[in-house]
Amino acid sequence: MKALTSVLIVEPSEIIFYGLRCILEETGSYNVLSPMSDATLLDEKLPSVRPDLLIVNPTLLSATPRQQLSSWMALRPQMPVVALVYQYVDEALMDLFKYRLDIRRTRSEIASLLKSVVDDYAENEEPAENTESYELSDRETDVLVLVAKGLSSKEIADKLNISVHTVNSHRKNITHKTGIKSVAGLAVYAMIHNLM
Amino acid sequence: MNNRLFSKKMKLADIIAANHNIILLLPRFGIPLGFGEKSVGEVCDAAGVSADFMLLICNVYTFDDYLPDIEVLKNTDMSPLIHYLLESHKYYTDERLPHIEAHLHHIADRVGGRYGQILKQFYGDFRNEITEHFQIEEQLDFPKLISLQQGQADHRKLPQHHDKSHSTLVDKMNDLTQIVYKYLPGNVLPEETMELVFDILQLAADIQKHALIEDKILTPYIAWMERSMK
Repeated sequence: MKALTSVLIVEPSEIIFYGLRCILEETGSYNVLSPMSDATLLDEKLPSVRPDLLIVNPTLLSATPRQQLSSWMALRPQMPVVALVYQYVDEALMDLFKYRLDIRRTRSEIASLLKSVVDDYAENEEPAENTESYELSDRETDVLVLVAKGLSSKEIADKLNISVHTVNSHRKNITHKTGIKSVAGLAVYAMIHNLM
Repeated sequence: MNNRLFSKKMKLADIIAANHNIILLLPRFGIPLGFGEKSVGEVCDAAGVSADFMLLICNVYTFDDYLPDIEVLKNTDMSPLIHYLLESHKYYTDERLPHIEAHLHHIADRVGGRYGQILKQFYGDFRNEITEHFQIEEQLDFPKLISLQQGQADHRKLPQHHDKSHSTLVDKMNDLTQIVYKYLPGNVLPEETMELVFDILQLAADIQKHALIEDKILTPYIAWMERSMK
């Protein structure tokens, strides 16, 4: 079973938040976290809340939006950031976002747009190589568990909807972080850490 | 670079001072301790061992960038090779692996529960795998070289297994040390655990050189012998 994608929505309007939450929950693929009405405390929240997807109203960004965005992405490199757009936003600010969600879309368009964002990001995300953290990311943990269960990279790629290349990058990072190379050794690691 | 390799005139004691791991190789050549100030040549003559061959192995064990090419192998008495490799296998399977297993089980039992069970299982699988690997070599590669050395053509095809399965085995030994010293609870039998880690590291280093000898000496030597028979 695939785990739900947890979504953090940073949006001041309750109408917009509840509307979006309703659409997301209908799909059965998302777990919508409690919302934040502004972005100032997001830095502190990200490490504990650990969302898989961040949807943020761009007007809430600080005076230095580029730095703010990159600090979020450094905290959660595996988390795509989507701009939630329904009012006028400066084009220069919009250019900072790779993904945009326009609230005038239909519910099915919104669902498919977000699904493609999640898939596209997992696909294109080059897992960072020399990250300072030696803790496994959520995605690496997913891959580790499947490796430990004896799945091949191809099977893992199919299961997680990512490319074999990405799976192999994750595997390289797992070995780099844990110091363990063999499948049997990774299975022991996974069991010792209660991952399976 | 060949200048700094060990030679017959050197004292065996000096060679061991340069690389103490060589002490572990002596029993495989049937050379007892207590050799005093004798040179390698003298010790080998007394034990009835080819000094050239013994030096070849000592050099591979000591100098990481040294591997003899086929010209060196052609000019060395390689008749003791299979006996040496068999003795190494025996040392691993009859002495080191059971010794490590006894310690590991002792620690695993004290750790108890899931951890202990997982650890034993991992080691058991590893031991089976390495034992099976040795058996395949002893049933295929070794008899083939013996026939060739006796001047008989041997048309058995060898599996292309070695390089890869050697590195898997070495990886597993490294993984085992990592698991033991990084992830097991540190407060259970700490001294015995450290000894265990050193025992596994020692064995892993030994087997790494052993694998190198099989991949870079045994395999090319068999290929050369086969070509020269034709």
